[in-house]
Amino acid sequence: MILKPTLKDLRTIGYYLGRVITGLGFTMLIPLFFGLLRGEFNPVLDFTITLEITLLLGLFLSKSCFTQEDLNWMQGMIVVSLSWLAAMFLGAVPLYLSGHWKSYLDACFDSMSGFATTGLTLVQDLDHLSMAHNLWRHLIMFIGGQGVVIIALSFFVKGSAGAFRMYVGEARDERIMPNVVNTSRFIWIVSLVFLALGTLSLGLAGIYGGMKPGNAFFHGACVFMAAFDTGGFAPQSQSILYYHNFLFEVVTISIMILGAINFKLHYHLWMVNRREIYKNIETRTLFITIMVTFFIAALGLKQLGSYPGALSLFRKGFYQLISGHTGTGFQTIYPQQFMQDWSPLALVGVIIAMGLGGAVCSTTGAIKMLRIGLIYKAMQEDIKRIILPPRAIVVKKYHHIKVLFLEDKQVRPALLITLAYLLLYGLGAIVGMLFGYPFLDSLFESTSAAANVGLSCGITSAAMPSALKVTYILQMWAGRLEFMSVLTLVGFVAAAVKGR
Amino acid sequence: MKKALSLTLAICAFCFNLACAEGVSSEELIKDYRLYEGKEVVFAGEVVGDVMLRGEYAWVNLNDGINAIGVWVKAGLARQIQYSGSYKAQGEWSEVKGIFNHSCPLHGGDLDIHAESLRRVEPGTRTEERLDLNKRKIAFIFAAILCLIWILSLLNRK
Repeated sequence: MILKPTLKDLRTIGYYLGRVITGLGFTMLIPLFFGLLRGEFNPVLDFTITLEITLLLGLFLSKSCFTQEDLNWMQGMIVVSLSWLAAMFLGAVPLYLSGHWKSYLDACFDSMSGFATTGLTLVQDLDHLSMAHNLWRHLIMFIGGQGVVIIALSFFVKGSAGAFRMYVGEARDERIMPNVVNTSRFIWIVSLVFLALGTLSLGLAGIYGGMKPGNAFFHGACVFMAAFDTGGFAPQSQSILYYHNFLFEVVTISIMILGAINFKLHYHLWMVNRREIYKNIETRTLFITIMVTFFIAALGLKQLGSYPGALSLFRKGFYQLISGHTGTGFQTIYPQQFMQDWSPLALVGVIIAMGLGGAVCSTTGAIKMLRIGLIYKAMQEDIKRIILPPRAIVVKKYHHIKVLFLEDKQVRPALLITLAYLLLYGLGAIVGMLFGYPFLDSLFESTSAAANVGLSCGITSAAMPSALKVTYILQMWAGRLEFMSVLTLVGFVAAAVKGR
Repeated sequence: MKKALSLTLAICAFCFNLACAEGVSSEELIKDYRLYEGKEVVFAGEVVGDVMLRGEYAWVNLNDGINAIGVWVKAGLARQIQYSGSYKAQGEWSEVKGIFNHSCPLHGGDLDIHAESLRRVEPGTRTEERLDLNKRKIAFIFAAILCLIWILSLLNRK
């Protein structure tokens, strides 16, 4: 028998949702003050209105649903999934008010794409967008990369079991510190230190490339936020091609890889435990999959001979591949070039890379390296079992921060999540084909959306059907939250309708 | 027969060059790059973003309303650009004549144009920002509601 959610459930969910929304509202002060500083007054009004709406909604929920109850698992998961939807709807308001998005749905698409660190965009005339709005586009990637709920956990929610449930609901199942609030704060400290260093490096690379210092550092900060959070928005319509700068490309590749690494590994690197990077199953798997997928992509590129020189083949091929593998979505080619200049084999290489993703507890989406590593180890173990005599005891170990024994309880969820991602990629591709797009194009764009990558082969545009936009929004949402909280929300709604 | 064939080919080539010289769009350059690869093209668009000086040359990005294309141009010509497109300015509409590269060997495979000339077609302007009065009204209304709620919650506490 399915039990109908009680009023107490709704109150608890409403209260915590209100806190998260209030936290989100305060982040809008950053573009608001930046707009004031730049003398962009209409954008300032856009952010003032949105800040007021957000605070009103947050206050209404947290006052009307006030409770001192802690969250249980179901409530925690629902708060997370609803927080992301609320972030999408509220984050889209200043974008829509700017007039650079054709409809509110388009603004919601970009807002979800930003929060989920995807990078697919429907913006119009990006080259004339205000700096305050541009900052907001990149800031939502920074917020979404660390986790919308992590902001609330860091500043507005006391450390409790409920806080841990929300943390897990946001697809982060690894605690770096014993306390989840301290873990959230550590994630913010790492991100802010890298923000300062990354902005400086990219700013200097921009100045070296001939940009004006003020613009170079603004672009540096925006591109850093999109690169470290493996987002993929860029301040100009040409993405990274705008800079025509090899040094800029090298720095962004380094930042994208840093963003694809587990925060727990960052912690060990901060503690000067450099050996962990060589031994960790995730970094090893990442290195191997990058090599294999680049080999496939390079073979494909060689087939068509689109890039005659080895250097340009490497520069174009490797950049798009790393961008796809880390789930960033920066491009140094035009979207149409994927389908024209890249052979199907090269595209398959990029699609596989996008589908695999980076490390768990990082800012990337997709299946992720730990799961791939575990599945590979489990296959090895099974093959050994078949080959060795029946009495032989087969034990498999792997190194992830410490040496661990491979057990079914780790492999099973890894396989389930992998299967769910593959289904999501496939479903999106089918929807794309229903709207008349070819198979490979549909699979490319669907994988990019569901794996929160942002590379586009040209399907994503304001002219695409609304149903496809909604499909990609749902894919980005489910892909970022790794299904559990989204499925819990679906179950909750079903229980509210059918339960007794 | 041979003469007729070569004459036809010459006429075709002349017509094609004439078409290129009349100006191509960014979409044509990206889509039909095989037609224009290594040939002289005329491309026009709004100067957007930074004019990035690199020694004797500079990078200028021209946006024709569909895509922005990178143009590698002599620094002296680039210095003549007064307005480039941003939130606060409408960039000048410029026309470049130069060699189109689908995968430029000099610039790591970038799709670009190595310009021989750059000509201002329409001057740029500074964009005057007019305050949206409706937005201002809405912002004041919401601010008043927020203040009211804040005062009520303070009174409730007492």
